[in-house]
Amino acid sequence: MGDILLQLNNISVVYSNVIQVLKGVSLSVERGHIVSLLGSNGAGKTTTLKAISGLLKPENGEVTDGNIIYNSVNIQNRAPEDITRQGIIQVLEGRQPFKYLTIEENLRVGTATRPGKPYKEDLEMVYHYFPALVKRKKALAGYCSGGELQMLVIGRALMAHPQLLMLDEPSLGLAPLVVQEIFRIIKKINEEHGTTIVLVEQNANMALQVAHYGYVMENGKIVMEGTSAELSDNPDVKEFYLGMAASGMAKSYKDVKSYRRRKRWL
Amino acid sequence: MDFFLQLLVNGVCVGLLYGISAMGFVMIFKASSVLNFAHGELLALGAFIFLSLITWGKIPVAAAFILTLAGCFLLGFIIERFFLRPLIGEKLIFVIMLTVGLAAMFKGLILLIWGGNLHTYPEFLPPSLEMQLGPIYIAPVYSATLVISIVFLILFGLFFKKSSQGIFMRSVADNQKAALSLGVHVRRVFALSWAIAAMVACMSGIVLGIINGVNVHDLSAIGLKVFPVVILGGLDSIGGAIIGGIIIGLLETFTGGYLSPSLRDVVPYIVLVVILMVKPYGLFGLVEIERV
Ligand SMILES: Nc1ncnc2c1ncn2[C@@H]1O[C@H](COP(=O)(O)OP(=O)(O)OP(=O)(O)O)[C@@H](O)[C@H]1O
Ligand SMILES: [Mg+2]
Repeated sequence: MGDILLQLNNISVVYSNVIQVLKGVSLSVERGHIVSLLGSNGAGKTTTLKAISGLLKPENGEVTDGNIIYNSVNIQNRAPEDITRQGIIQVLEGRQPFKYLTIEENLRVGTATRPGKPYKEDLEMVYHYFPALVKRKKALAGYCSGGELQMLVIGRALMAHPQLLMLDEPSLGLAPLVVQEIFRIIKKINEEHGTTIVLVEQNANMALQVAHYGYVMENGKIVMEGTSAELSDNPDVKEFYLGMAASGMAKSYKDVKSYRRRKRWL
Repeated sequence: MDFFLQLLVNGVCVGLLYGISAMGFVMIFKASSVLNFAHGELLALGAFIFLSLITWGKIPVAAAFILTLAGCFLLGFIIERFFLRPLIGEKLIFVIMLTVGLAAMFKGLILLIWGGNLHTYPEFLPPSLEMQLGPIYIAPVYSATLVISIVFLILFGLFFKKSSQGIFMRSVADNQKAALSLGVHVRRVFALSWAIAAMVACMSGIVLGIINGVNVHDLSAIGLKVFPVVILGGLDSIGGAIIGGIIIGLLETFTGGYLSPSLRDVVPYIVLVVILMVKPYGLFGLVEIERV
């Protein structure tokens, strides 16, 4: 293994002092890699990201056990203002634009970790990655399409110069072509900027195509890990996460069946 | 007709002040969902500090004005830091009760220092400020009000549209979670919203003091007028606050001019009740953008 940027050692997360959601999660993220985190609804993927970014706190959640080491420093339970300034930016699930701000104003909020510093070049950089945003820059984000918003929130995060970028289900609710475009850009950002990326996805097929390494999570625990090639070859992953894509025919009846079988497997 | 135009101008001037003062109130609400019941007392405090600086301190008027604004800005910061911050995360009702307590405290303080009598500022506005636009005569106080209000509005527009801090403030009001995820210092934004709100309240207090004289009861009651203003304008719309302010200002001056001066303070509240019955979200409340 190469240079480790982020390491989670056996962390437990509890909401409101009683609801335990993560039960000893360990994972490590190599610098410069894309690491995917797969798992079904409610597995605890978003919670894992929030534990890292410090956004658990406003939701009354807490890392009660284990530790999170980033750049050799312990960061668990620190405030988000602090963690973002260390270079960790989480792109929230469901996009979350600032609806009443224009696209360009949204992007400018991305400079919050370094207020007062020049940002013009960064705007150019974002527009270079997401040309679709250029002609919308004066439009209110609330009136933009889902694809534009996903580009916006990734671009907004890039404005912060993240060292570690965490994306929570960027493909959610987007048309297949738009998903492909977004993933192509994610890969490009990783290659050109060397940004380390943690990618939470339901769309395992796309995630495994761009990621170097992956973890599978169920019920607040990591149940499987491996390189993307290993995971893609794993019969269980094939069955339960790539099912539709592997067989090539997405019949709704088959979806139901594989869902039932996954329940047994868990 | 002339009388009508005269009332119109006076009403717009006073209304602009109400609007700007309500804008401060709306700003705190938008950033942190807190209703600040001490708004009127902040208004009065500004007027009295200015009074002391020019009469006891013998400081030149312009300098005293800027000094008062700066002092109130600082006061807003201090209020947030020492009184509100410890309550972040507590139930909103506690925070609102705290502002009621602050109101009582400030009022007591003002009564203690300056008493409850009506004070007046010495005449300092240059007569050259008076304007004659055709049949309309604009007294120096009103033209000064107009100028100050417009300068403030432009400065605020620039601050919220262009400056990074202004955009961060709007981002917190828009989607606090997303703002946190990008590292916006949300507590700092709360503090800044209190500082700016206190500053604009003081500004309105001073100018209203020039128009009506300085009395703690009158000024803090004017603070209460932010309620009809913001209800009219919508609690979450800064532009609406300005328009709401102008409407209330006009209603007041017209009632005072045509009906009876004793009714002028009542009418805004009657309008408030009527509007609440017809449009519970205010006339200019934000239209929620729903898509995604
Ligand atoms: N603030 C909260 N308070 C209490 N329980 C929570 C909270 N947030 C999440 N949970 C619970 O934690 C579990 C994991 O949630 P999480 O959002 O991490 O799942 P996820 O893997 O991201 O799922 P999805 O794919 O649906 O986004 C769920 O059972 C959820 O109900
Ligand atoms: Mg999730």
